[in-house]
Amino acid sequence: MHLTDEEKRMRDGVEGDAVAVAMDLLIRYGDALQAERLVATRNVAGTMTQPSPAKAKLVAEGGWAKAFAVMNLDSDRELDIPSMRVPTCQLQHGFGADAQGLTRYPADSIRLQEDAESYFTDRGVRVLGTCTPYQVGNLPVLGEHCAWMESSAVVYANSVLGARTNCEGAASTGAASLTGRIPYWGNHLPANRLATHLVRAETPVAGFRDWGLLGYFVGELVQEARPAVVGSLAPASDADLKHFGAATATSGGVELYHLPGVTPEAPTLEAAFGGAGIPEAVTYGQRERRATYETLNAQGQSADVDFVLLGCPHASLAQVEEIAGLLEGRRLADGAQLWVMLPRALAAEALRRGWTRTITRAGGRVLTESCPAMSRAAPPGTRVMATDSAKQAHYLPAILGIEAWFGTTRECVDAAVTGRWRGELT
Amino acid sequence: MIELVGRGIVPGRVRAPALVTREPISGFGGIDVATGTVIEPRHELFGQCFTGHVLVFPGAKGSSGWSGFFQSTRLMGTAPAALVFDVITTKAVLGAIVTRVPTVVQAAPAPLETIRTGDVVEVDGDTGRIVVIRTDGVAVHSGE
Repeated sequence: MHLTDEEKRMRDGVEGDAVAVAMDLLIRYGDALQAERLVATRNVAGTMTQPSPAKAKLVAEGGWAKAFAVMNLDSDRELDIPSMRVPTCQLQHGFGADAQGLTRYPADSIRLQEDAESYFTDRGVRVLGTCTPYQVGNLPVLGEHCAWMESSAVVYANSVLGARTNCEGAASTGAASLTGRIPYWGNHLPANRLATHLVRAETPVAGFRDWGLLGYFVGELVQEARPAVVGSLAPASDADLKHFGAATATSGGVELYHLPGVTPEAPTLEAAFGGAGIPEAVTYGQRERRATYETLNAQGQSADVDFVLLGCPHASLAQVEEIAGLLEGRRLADGAQLWVMLPRALAAEALRRGWTRTITRAGGRVLTESCPAMSRAAPPGTRVMATDSAKQAHYLPAILGIEAWFGTTRECVDAAVTGRWRGELT
Repeated sequence: MIELVGRGIVPGRVRAPALVTREPISGFGGIDVATGTVIEPRHELFGQCFTGHVLVFPGAKGSSGWSGFFQSTRLMGTAPAALVFDVITTKAVLGAIVTRVPTVVQAAPAPLETIRTGDVVEVDGDTGRIVVIRTDGVAVHSGE
């Protein structure tokens, strides 16, 4: 792999040991990918603060410097960790203090995470604490090279914003934050950003649930490839696109999609395919919609719902407003819990606008920075969940051994209020 | 003795029994790092332990946590002995590097067609060579 003079200096230790170790990792990684070179980035979204047993052991041995050296730089050497060279944010992590007592999530993990926040904010990390950094200030622009992890954030950055990132990991983002470099490979190259598959919606797609259903269908169909989607599509809100992308990255491994006329790199269908031949479209019709809905709802048996989860990926303000509106003047059923997950910065705004009060008055909770899949914890005794997120309906039954129902936001709120699932596809 | 030649991406040489699957593997939600076991319910390796085995698989799927989960198997002492896979993604490549076990990618003849679970194989991440030392394995995958 070709290195610039500046990159060679970083490799040779001129910028310090931690930077040298970071560059060494990027060289091994780039060579293994057969990347021709590295590319400069000033936008890293990674993860270093969230607790895990392996990390707790490393912190006990050598503090957060050791944990960062091993987990984020793949090094066993003792290193002084300098400030991040380029803007770096922490994605979602474990539950914070606001979830204390609501789950069996260990208090030790919350303390460990608070320690980590102090250590890493001192080194310039912005603890956005969300899977949706683009909702709270990290908004890359068209063509910007990024080093992001978190599948739902990667697909949003590439597709909706037209930024360029591969699906990075804890180690490559750590190395990127100290060097401002990432391998120029995959989604960074224009030729790898063209559509490979065409899907045509022949049944109307409108609203949050239906964008999630379409995404789950498309991801299953194309797996890791790049779909362009056309047809009977109502205008999508940012929340719709967030949900659609997260669903494609859940049933498949989509990192980039095109909606001709909507997403920035596909002003037209022809542009999505870069002037190459356009393949025959796969139809998404009533039958496919129904089958996808039934797949997502195959993990529910009992209609007695005890937990409702909203906000995956993390809720937007418009979603919180909708949820508060649906809960106005109502009260959750005995034994039912409702959680709305969102970034801390949006929680401050939801509080100011009175929506948090409406939700908590009804018996629900507004919780920040994490989710039950990330923290692997739901309210104690949860047996049956309802959610408006295709991603959580997919993952949580496997992770927590619970049943799940998938439906509209309104159906989920109704389930929390009545304790019964009455969702249906009409 | 059968020899396969691919591209070594993580150095080192190891000899161990193979564990072969035709299904991609998830890190987050797919493996238990404490036991080195596949935990995805519908996976054909569900419940099987890969610790100390040459893991032969198509590639990675799922969350960007893939590399961190496989790195944790190294830290917990439950890592595979070597990795052999075909589909090059950032997840699988970074995961191999931080797992630090000999890794060969895109070998020919195709590893999934050539290596069976239980075969004793030698993986050389420096030269990219894989040698099947003893072929008494049994296929765990169907549909051949």
